Amino acid sequence: MCLGIPGQIVEISDHETNLALADVSGVRRKVNVTCVAGEGLDALVGKWVLIHVGFAMAIIDEAEAKKTMDTLNALGEAQEEFEAMFESDRAMEGRT
Amino acid sequence: MKYVDEFRDPKAAQALLKAIEGKVADLGATQENPVHIMEICGGHTHAIFRHGLDKLTPPGLEFIHGPGCPVCVLPMSRVDECIEIAERPEVIFTTFGDAMRVPGTKKSLIQAKADGADIRMVYSPLDALELARRNPDRKVVFFGLGFETTTPSTALAIQQASCEGLKNFSVFCNHITVPPPIKVLLDDPHMVLDGFVGPGHVSMVIGTKPYEFIPRDYGKPIVVAGFEPLDLLQSVLMVLVQLSEGRAEVENQYARIVPDEGNPVSIAAIEDVYEPRPTFEWRGLGEIDASGLRIRSKYRAFDAEEVFDIGYGAARRVVEEPEGCACGEVMTGRIKPMECPQFGKGCTPEMPLGALMVSSEGACAAYWQYGGARQGVD
Repeated sequence: MCLGIPGQIVEISDHETNLALADVSGVRRKVNVTCVAGEGLDALVGKWVLIHVGFAMAIIDEAEAKKTMDTLNALGEAQEEFEAMFESDRAMEGRT
Repeated sequence: MKYVDEFRDPKAAQALLKAIEGKVADLGATQENPVHIMEICGGHTHAIFRHGLDKLTPPGLEFIHGPGCPVCVLPMSRVDECIEIAERPEVIFTTFGDAMRVPGTKKSLIQAKADGADIRMVYSPLDALELARRNPDRKVVFFGLGFETTTPSTALAIQQASCEGLKNFSVFCNHITVPPPIKVLLDDPHMVLDGFVGPGHVSMVIGTKPYEFIPRDYGKPIVVAGFEPLDLLQSVLMVLVQLSEGRAEVENQYARIVPDEGNPVSIAAIEDVYEPRPTFEWRGLGEIDASGLRIRSKYRAFDAEEVFDIGYGAARRVVEEPEGCACGEVMTGRIKPMECPQFGKGCTPEMPLGALMVSSEGACAAYWQYGGARQGVD
């Protein structure tokens, strides 16, 4: 929960609610980008961000994203994050 | 040194370890009379054990594991209140998975779910919002849990719900803040702390200024640290260098993520939605002034305490800890996990008695998972 996970912003999906689509190790996920939108939403496309519980909280560079992903893998936290995302998808459908 | 080979840069790790050894020796610290450094964040506790940093560093350096694991410090009465809300037929109760196995006085959320309550594990408050949109005839409650790292997410979710005029979404707010319990620990005459490794992602939100009271009022150094093993070793070294030079300052080892001023958008959202409670109960630490947040009255329609009439303080019950559970003493660094009489016996990750065994960020679970268990039980 406190480590977050890195992802790359693919597109802005809703300018009104500050939602973007992020690629997190191949998994596409909607994230809120309010906290990192200082230079405008469209400037975020292609940027790497650190995502905490669905909210992009910091802009990072690609090298930092890779290092963070390695750290998460070592701690088993990356797998936990993905499981939480998939579990959440099931919860949305009421299939739990 | 078996772990060092796994590091990204084993040479850098060796150099840092050698420098740490030198500084510990300079300080005259020994196994009998060690220098005590507290890592505040549970993520750091997990990383220290995963990478064996407690074994790689010299015996004259002792890590004290801090209270920075939000599910570990959650009082049992709040878990009971979650279940009380979740068992209402009109409610869909949503929570991060971490909280599911925390024991309440009678049961945990996972047991309440097995008993028929509609409890769903979600990844994000955004998913809880979406559930509210899709289920207008149900009341969707999100269990707002965590330190400053997750607080902006629920604040922004409440602002969004308010913007949309959602009538069936609320947050059961149990957010807590890092600086107040540090002050409590520093005021405790039984605690021996020489310096701190500060939390990385909490600081990404709040910046480094909220820690200035630590050097100013208590004369102790604190270094905000990243989560890689090299980050942690470097931060420990920075604390030791301050100690050996007789300095006490707030330093930032994780500046690549943590701006000194924090994240202004997050801070503004937190301040718009939340205000400090007069006091809040921490498991193991008791009531701490201004350490918890509540939802401001302008957002009361989204406050589960208002919606379900479960006011903190009003409906609060005094709850005894389970017999033999020493989470409080572990949390304050008075004893090590394996010194608890229940460690590995009445309390394991599969059947936790206390919250420190539940989360991977809890000191007991970390000891159990990474071999500390052997020292205590085998």
